[in-house]
Amino acid sequence: MSPITTLSIAVTALRRNAMRTALTALGMIIGVAAVIVMVAIGHGAQSSIESRIRSAGTNVVTISAGSNAFGPVRQGFGNTTTLTPEDARAITDDVPGIDYVSPGVNTRQQVVAEAANWNTQIQGAGADLPAIRAWSLEFGSFFTEQDVSRAEKVAVLGGIARDELFGPGTDPTGATIRIGNQPFRVTGVLARKGQAAMGPDQDDTVVVPYTTVQKKLLGITHLQSITLSVANGVSFQTVSPRITDLLRTRHGLAPEDPDDFSIRSLEEMATVLTSTTTTMTWLLASIAAVSLLVGGIGIMNIMLVSVTERTREIGLRLSVGARDFDVLLQFLVEAVVLSLTGGAIGVAAGFAASMAVSRIMGWTAVVTGDAVLMSFGFAAAVGVFFGFYPARKAAALDPIAALRYE
Amino acid sequence: MNETPVIAVHDLTKTYAVGDIEVRALRGVSLQIPRGSFVALTGPSGSGKSTFMHLAGCLDRPTGGVYELNGRDVSRFSKRELAMVRNREIGFVFQGFNLLARTSAIENVELPMLYGPPVPARERHRRAAAALEAVGLGGRLDHHPNQLSGGQQQRVAIARALVNEPTLLLADEPTGNLDSRTSIEVMGIFQRLNAERGITIVLVTHEPDIAEYATRVIGFRDGRIRLDRRVLQRRDAGDELRKFDAQGEAA
Ligand SMILES: Nc1ncnc2c1ncn2[C@@H]1O[C@H](COP(=O)(O)OP(=O)(O)OP(=O)(O)O)[C@@H](O)[C@H]1O
Ligand SMILES: [Mg+2]
Repeated sequence: MSPITTLSIAVTALRRNAMRTALTALGMIIGVAAVIVMVAIGHGAQSSIESRIRSAGTNVVTISAGSNAFGPVRQGFGNTTTLTPEDARAITDDVPGIDYVSPGVNTRQQVVAEAANWNTQIQGAGADLPAIRAWSLEFGSFFTEQDVSRAEKVAVLGGIARDELFGPGTDPTGATIRIGNQPFRVTGVLARKGQAAMGPDQDDTVVVPYTTVQKKLLGITHLQSITLSVANGVSFQTVSPRITDLLRTRHGLAPEDPDDFSIRSLEEMATVLTSTTTTMTWLLASIAAVSLLVGGIGIMNIMLVSVTERTREIGLRLSVGARDFDVLLQFLVEAVVLSLTGGAIGVAAGFAASMAVSRIMGWTAVVTGDAVLMSFGFAAAVGVFFGFYPARKAAALDPIAALRYE
Repeated sequence: MNETPVIAVHDLTKTYAVGDIEVRALRGVSLQIPRGSFVALTGPSGSGKSTFMHLAGCLDRPTGGVYELNGRDVSRFSKRELAMVRNREIGFVFQGFNLLARTSAIENVELPMLYGPPVPARERHRRAAAALEAVGLGGRLDHHPNQLSGGQQQRVAIARALVNEPTLLLADEPTGNLDSRTSIEVMGIFQRLNAERGITIVLVTHEPDIAEYATRVIGFRDGRIRLDRRVLQRRDAGDELRKFDAQGEAA
């Protein structure tokens, strides 16, 4: 029998039970749409995480004091006091391939302005931190190298800190704020960055020279972290061991001692996060695939009913010369047409749903070609897999028994 | 001249196993049906007539014995080969018509052509229309079975059996569901096909007068042939229909 005839017989049979066909296809539609939406959301999350990390600069390396600290801005691990400004200077001088270095000491304090006060993170940094983090300023300017060396009481506000202390959109440059009861002159406001890939909001911060934090606020001489940027074309993998060697020597660590600092790059974190979201995407997709499986079982069920209902028809076809194979093919094609039609509608529905999710939830949902191809292929496979058993059952019928079936 | 009989069976047996019991539906049937015959099979219920028809129609394989169809021993054919034989050499007409529901007459008749050598759609349509024309349903091509009378449905089934131009037409109680006038019409069609096209016809009937339209009557009993006679005074369906109509007018 020609393929076109086979197809048209299948379509005719499916249209004869339009309602049943539609309901069975609905299982596939929901399954395929769910897979597409889930993969789209996963991809969306992935690309937004990637773009945020990239905006933070993938060439940024953070050295934290203490062996297991995670992230540059974690509070309360001041036990390790071995990391010093001299270490930062030594890295600048002795390790090739480094652009900028910024020592870091953080604290959390109440900040008081004329009309408001706000508890926020005080980030002690070097003058090069904007160059490392690719920060720009909304108003005013960042503090200078001179401010750092003199431990001047100057401050740059993050967007949220500014909003809370002076009101949204205002320019407080030149104004005075009090941190720990000491007056600080505001030199500028950072342009908004948004939520960091990890850690607190990058806009809810006040940046001051690290020397000022050390001397005026905390009374310490060590650092909590050193943030640096690696030159273009230099990899973290080449820089990291040199820094490790340098710091171990400077800290007088014996070979068996563990590091009293840890080095991380954002690139490395990006890799971890990307692989995490990839795992999440697959997890979501496989949960959605379960509904595809349920849709497949629906097809099998309906095909079994159909074979039973049409037993006499099968008997008749056999009696006028249909071979087992013709009958097998007829029912298999029917199942595949059913699952592929459902798949096609499901792709469209999944596309629409992804758009809706993006719009309503404000997430980016990215429908990729592979997700479409994959779920369509899966739908076809489901059709063949779940259609095969009923079709084989039909083909195995004995002509006379089938003709006599009541 | 080709003297090979259409059907030549020798010591044909068929045994069904139902649980532990063996049902010996055919217990050794030998017979020859020459080309162009019109044979009626009669016999009490359960005597093995349908069983014989299924074997003759290659819908089933015998337990023992030899069946030569047009000179070829088909008793050991594979399922695939049997399907081909059913498609090309045999037309089957059933008591219950067995038309595809919600499918037009012409599509029902086209069905056997879908399973044979490829025939272009237009040619298929032409041949199916011609077959329906031959059974007097030229004006009912697009009617569905539920829009046709029992007699008309049986004629669609006959057209379907004819469309691949088989050498053998098998009909198991084709008039079983029809009234007497419609039965005569159907027998008329058989007689005409037999006379004009030389198609060999074997039909099963319970009604003695229907058997008289054939040229030979074979009686079955307990899975064996008990009677094989020539019809001496053959009835002519054409004549009888004319008489039937005349009576109707007279009354
Ligand atoms: N599939 C089957 N399984 C078991 N026994 C069967 C089967 N088909 C037929 N038989 C038995 O074979 C015997 C002959 O049956 P068959 O149908 O050939 O009779 P028949 O002459 O056509 O009767 P009727 O005139 O009532 O149609 C019966 O005893 C029947 O019960
Ligand atoms: Mg019978």
